[in-house]
Amino acid sequence: MLAPAVCRLAGRATGYLLAAVVGVTAVYFAAQVPVIAQGQTLRQAIAWVPELGVSLSFSLDGLSLLFALLVTGVGLFIVLYASSYLQDDALLGRFYAYLMGFMASMLGLVLADNILTLFIFWELTSVTSYLLIGFDHKDAKARKAALQALVVTGSGGLALLAGLVLLQLASGTGELSSMLASGFTASGSELYTPIVVLVLIGAFTKSAQIPFHFWLPGAMTAPSPVSAYLHSSTMVKAGVYLLARLTPILGGGSGGPQGWTITLSVVGGLTMLWGAFVASRQTHFKRVLAYSTVSSLGMMVMLIGAVSAAPVAGAAAATAAGLATYILAHACFKGALFMVAGAVDHAVHLKDVEQVGGLGRVMPFTAAAAVTATISMMGVPPLLGFAAKEQVLVTMLAGGPGSMLGAVLVVAAAVASVLTVLLALLVGLKPFIGPLMSTSEPPHEGPVRLWLGPVALGVAGLVAGIAPWLFAEPIVRAAAAAVAGVPRGELAAMPVDLSLGHLLHLGPALYISLGAIAAGVGLFVLRARWRAITAPLDKLDWLTAERAYEAIFHGGVLGLASLSTRIFQNGSLRVYIRIVMLAVLASAGLALAGSGGAFLGRDLLGDVKADTTMIEGVLVSLIIAGAVAATLVGSRLAAIVAVGLVGYCIALLFVVFGAPDVAMTQFAVETLSVIILLLVVFRLPRFNGKSSRPARIFDAGIAIGVGVLMTGLVLAAQSNLAAQPISHFFAERSLTEGYGRNVVNVILVDFRALDTMGEITVLGIAAVGIWTLLRIRPTRSGEISATARRAGTGPGAGHDSGTAAAEDGKDGVPS
Amino acid sequence: MIIRSVILQSATRLLVPLLVLLSVAALLRGHNAPGGGFVGGLIAAAAVVLQAYSCGSPSARRLLVLDPRTYLGIGLLVAIISGLWAPLLHGQPVFTGVWGTFAVPAVGELKIGTPVTFDIGVYLTVLGVVASMALELLED
Repeated sequence: MLAPAVCRLAGRATGYLLAAVVGVTAVYFAAQVPVIAQGQTLRQAIAWVPELGVSLSFSLDGLSLLFALLVTGVGLFIVLYASSYLQDDALLGRFYAYLMGFMASMLGLVLADNILTLFIFWELTSVTSYLLIGFDHKDAKARKAALQALVVTGSGGLALLAGLVLLQLASGTGELSSMLASGFTASGSELYTPIVVLVLIGAFTKSAQIPFHFWLPGAMTAPSPVSAYLHSSTMVKAGVYLLARLTPILGGGSGGPQGWTITLSVVGGLTMLWGAFVASRQTHFKRVLAYSTVSSLGMMVMLIGAVSAAPVAGAAAATAAGLATYILAHACFKGALFMVAGAVDHAVHLKDVEQVGGLGRVMPFTAAAAVTATISMMGVPPLLGFAAKEQVLVTMLAGGPGSMLGAVLVVAAAVASVLTVLLALLVGLKPFIGPLMSTSEPPHEGPVRLWLGPVALGVAGLVAGIAPWLFAEPIVRAAAAAVAGVPRGELAAMPVDLSLGHLLHLGPALYISLGAIAAGVGLFVLRARWRAITAPLDKLDWLTAERAYEAIFHGGVLGLASLSTRIFQNGSLRVYIRIVMLAVLASAGLALAGSGGAFLGRDLLGDVKADTTMIEGVLVSLIIAGAVAATLVGSRLAAIVAVGLVGYCIALLFVVFGAPDVAMTQFAVETLSVIILLLVVFRLPRFNGKSSRPARIFDAGIAIGVGVLMTGLVLAAQSNLAAQPISHFFAERSLTEGYGRNVVNVILVDFRALDTMGEITVLGIAAVGIWTLLRIRPTRSGEISATARRAGTGPGAGHDSGTAAAEDGKDGVPS
Repeated sequence: MIIRSVILQSATRLLVPLLVLLSVAALLRGHNAPGGGFVGGLIAAAAVVLQAYSCGSPSARRLLVLDPRTYLGIGLLVAIISGLWAPLLHGQPVFTGVWGTFAVPAVGELKIGTPVTFDIGVYLTVLGVVASMALELLED
């Protein structure tokens, strides 16, 4: 968060500084690999809101480690990449702040052990990604895409919150580690179906599954580093992470409930096919990558479904290992390709794949990285992509053909991998071969920081493919164990073998793989024909939820909002007050009437007469006189003075009843509010008469109603002393626990400090609001000035409008 | 808007320092006796408003030294830090009071805790809010 300041101080070095921070984190996680691979789990907890069972607890097991390594490892290169890609951007500091904020939330998400902590980080990633997608806040398209991503993932987040709360109710604990340790499975609970549905909605929106996938290609308006980071290796995988994390709990381990498996397999399979298909029809670099990412995410979700479907624990573990390998491989090649796309765009300023060619000679490093990533994505040995694909196919074939669904899924995976080969060639090879296209300025290799990331990720994929025992296998094994719910003791016995010798034996999986590569290459050559043939199917993509989103969001929500604004907030303060008072009357009045009016049975007048002193009587008469006068006088000034009288008398009543604190505050508040009201009155136009007679009678009715209601409420509260008043608790504990003799103050700053915090925050916001309103001047046409309209048009706009308003104010200082 | 009155101006010269002292006293003794950050902030704001009425708002702004909105920001920051002190350094829930005793030369022992600093945050916020509202209204 301090990045903008650091950026100003450190200038160009900021990128390196931040990269060093991320690098250290990455090394820390890498150092944990041997420990975690033994099946250990690291845990750290801070009590947060113990009353609600919310604690800031984190745990690091295999699955978390896999994702933590992705977040920090890829993040390291992204920071370097961004420092070069955006080096001329004036708001680079802000970008770093968003990026580091996102990184921190993502790490929190994958490390969180408490499900509510997890949810909070989940939402934080949505918010920071909104800021990152809309980083180019002057571009309306970017703002729209950012908002779309936020609304889709945010509404999914709400569903997720509900699901997680239900899960906590069902399991009786908020800690994932305790749920896993106790072998809890939610399938026995009656809340199971709602939990699963809600959690799935959350995960599917986040991980861009059909029918919520449309926001991801839209989000490609983000700068390339963001696409490479959020939309390939991290944020979109949050949904995958969540599903994988909850598989032992919701999927019931191996042989789990059918519904879970079928839903995940069908949705994941459809997403995989549809994403790959739409991608094959695109020519815009980042859109190809975006849709192919949708496809890969579909595959991951499908595999998670397969983990639970596996008939025996061993098969489940093998499937989980395939999943983990695939996640690792995908992060390497897709992250690299996104960065390559950015580098190409940077070099030649072209975004269409078909227009770019022959860059291999002028950008050798980028080309090498791109080709390595491509080969990995195609699934050609010896890269990690091959190991991942083989592992997946082998396990699917092993568990699959028994059922119809399994067979269909194998076919779907084969088709998707044909298309994936095409996509890989299109993005990773096409720009670098063939004749060099002509551009206005000669293309050139970017600076080191621009190709270091892709090269490093490509090398990682290569090393992991050739020498899996080095780091890929331990990570995959530990992650798979966490997904499949393998107990710690059996970890070492898990069949995870990613070595080429093991995978390269002839079998149906290898045949499918080779066939897919051949078919994909053929399709790449004939891609013009393919696009022509499939053109009619293009329209289908518009049948998906994007239309529904537009209808609901723009037609429904915004329409309703403007309608309610027109009715309830038409700008007249009288109407506001009328509505607020009527609402209070209706709700509280009904509740009071529902209580049966038990308080009416008391001898009210008797009580009052018994202990009223003379001074109280005088004060009460003054209050009544002031209130009546305020309604009768003909000028605002007099009305303010009359109301002030009421306030002072109430303050004196507090003195009489022995509450000096409240009295002091009341005096100060009264004095200042009379002064401020007077200042406001000076600014108002001349008092132009009262409202019409019927309106006044109506208002009098409301006023009397509210008065009666408040009296009733006070009496009801007084007579309803069944429970022990909390004041004794505070009075007793004030000195012993709060170390203060002033009970009121101790309540405010200690026992109820959170409330006070909220109150002063509201005060602050109100002050900023008032300040802004006072700076807006009506122009002659009655429109508010441009300054005001510019406020709140997107992320970061607030800053600009603030500056503009300040300038405006400078001009407007009265002479 | 300035009320040009010699009497008021002379009185202000005496009253403003007294009010400021009173507000700080109210703030600091608030934990054990009537007072507290809220009322302290209000009294301080009253001093600022008085200065503005009698000698003009530029002089009130000079009295404040910083922009009133800065007080608001600092106040909120101080309050939040006081609230997060316990969980960050002591592993206790948010807004748990943390107390320490410091020996201050010539004064004796000073017992200070996060509730006190929190109250200082409240004081600054209230001062900032009221002063910024009043000055803004006065100036236009």
